[in-house]
Amino acid sequence: MIQTKNPVYRKRLFFHRVGMALSVGAMSLGLIALMWILATLLINGFESLSFLMFTADTPAPGSDGGGLRNAIVGSLMMVGLSTAVSTPVGILAGIYLAEYGEENKIAQVTRFVTDIMLSAPSIVIGLFVYALYVANAHHFSGYAGSLALSLIAIPVVVRTTDNMLKLVPNSLLEAAYALGAPRWKVSMMVRLRAVKAGVMTGVLLAVARVSGETAPLLFTALNNQFFSADMNQPLANLPVVIYQFAMSPYDNWRALAWGGALIVTFSVLALNILSRTVFAQKAPK
Amino acid sequence: MSASVAAMQSVVRKQRIQDWFFHKITMVFALTVLFVLVGIIISLINGALPALKEFGPGFITTVEWDPVNDQFGAAIAIVGTLASAGIALLIAFPVSFGIALFLTEVCPVWLRRPLGTAVELLAGVPSIIYGMWGLFVFAPVFSEYVQPLLKSTLGALPWIGALFKGPTMGIGILTAGLILAVMIIPFIASVMRDVFEIVPAVLKESAYGLGCTRWEVVRKIVLPYTKTGVVGGVMLGLGRALGETMAVTFVIGNAAKLPNSLFSPGSSIASTLANEFAEASSKLHVSSLFALGLILFIITFIVLSGAKLMLMGLSRKEGVK
Repeated sequence: MIQTKNPVYRKRLFFHRVGMALSVGAMSLGLIALMWILATLLINGFESLSFLMFTADTPAPGSDGGGLRNAIVGSLMMVGLSTAVSTPVGILAGIYLAEYGEENKIAQVTRFVTDIMLSAPSIVIGLFVYALYVANAHHFSGYAGSLALSLIAIPVVVRTTDNMLKLVPNSLLEAAYALGAPRWKVSMMVRLRAVKAGVMTGVLLAVARVSGETAPLLFTALNNQFFSADMNQPLANLPVVIYQFAMSPYDNWRALAWGGALIVTFSVLALNILSRTVFAQKAPK
Repeated sequence: MSASVAAMQSVVRKQRIQDWFFHKITMVFALTVLFVLVGIIISLINGALPALKEFGPGFITTVEWDPVNDQFGAAIAIVGTLASAGIALLIAFPVSFGIALFLTEVCPVWLRRPLGTAVELLAGVPSIIYGMWGLFVFAPVFSEYVQPLLKSTLGALPWIGALFKGPTMGIGILTAGLILAVMIIPFIASVMRDVFEIVPAVLKESAYGLGCTRWEVVRKIVLPYTKTGVVGGVMLGLGRALGETMAVTFVIGNAAKLPNSLFSPGSSIASTLANEFAEASSKLHVSSLFALGLILFIITFIVLSGAKLMLMGLSRKEGVK
């Protein structure tokens, strides 16, 4: 190879190699971070994971044992309610953006705002729900927590529904129109149905997103040391329990926090993977 | 004949009415998103009003946060927020660029999907987990090995040395910035990867045809073509870092004083809210916390709007390609 003796070429090759090496380094750094976090969770979490964790309620300060039953049930209730609210709202809003979005300013502003709300600080959503609901009802409650979670989930569902609906080929819609179908029928029964797996992905991602949210629950659902299924009362939930227990001086509380962290993280990651594999959908043929 | 025409007309009329309802109903749901935004702004302003009236515009620059004597100013929290997010950005930008570069140009095709998924999983880990990991695992390692090293090397330099002094506790502004960096890297990297992928293959192949190395193609073709998208992705990450609550609350130290070095504890807007809001009792305290929330919302709204506008500019370019 004659070129390798050429100093200009060697300099270029040098920069190329440095650039590529840094790129590989950056990727490894990312993977190391992921592995380190997951390993920490597995080691600390499995140590404290036991059957008791699902059958006993959160312990009082200083007392031994205890589990996370009330927190798990509370979290499931709040995430369930917020999914039940945000799914129809998000899908219908997404349909509006996809169907009427090209023609009018309101839809374009809405699309813009949705994208902002996707990344808006979740603690501010908590403040909003506090001012709207908790301050007027004069008590923290599971409903307030669900409301905050819904407000975080809705933009995720809107965004994916909108994106997915835009993938449906026009020929499919025109075929339906040619048969004399009205717009709502084409939209709901042809367009939405063609991408229902993709829309489900959005719903699952929204569930994954809100399952780990802590900040908006701190002053909406608060926490409850005891088992309660009353959504109108302060409700125990995994993220806030993890936060309070991790910051506490008691060893058994910290162990429970790691166990809870393991449960939350692996549920969230499982939902993420599920949405990517089972419901993975490209543009319909 | 005329009977069937009449029947058809009635069907059409019925469908028109149905479509009208369909339009309006979906519109109402779409507008809820807008109403929520307006509602957030109104409720924050409303909540912040007593504090803003009491302290005036000086609230933003006052270096005091004293719930006992009811004296509040936002400067400590604003400095903590901007400093930690700034550090996060300084670290996250080059690393995410490297990851995006690896995923689009360097990595063998069969590895792209699993590695891309791994990066997205990193984005899916709840922020409270980052906080716990940061406090219980990362901070001890950091104070034991990294901080003394930084202190003895960078701390000895004339100008920036002042940033790396003080006790090495493991928690503080720098740790918060590092944890935030780990959190926002996946967001920035996946936006960058997406924008790198829209560079037309013809452009890159022309450069390779001229004998460019892969690094030169990235540096002189891919980056100039996608620079608004890259900046948009970085701003998106910044928006996330500014508003991140749980991870920061665990590691920033939660001290209501102005940090005098990167090692010293501080507080961010979000961490102050998380720590104090549920327990705030005096009206002025609650209102000052609302004012902090308002400031945070305005900052992130501006940053995220900028990010969105930049990314929209790029997708228009993609349209005319």
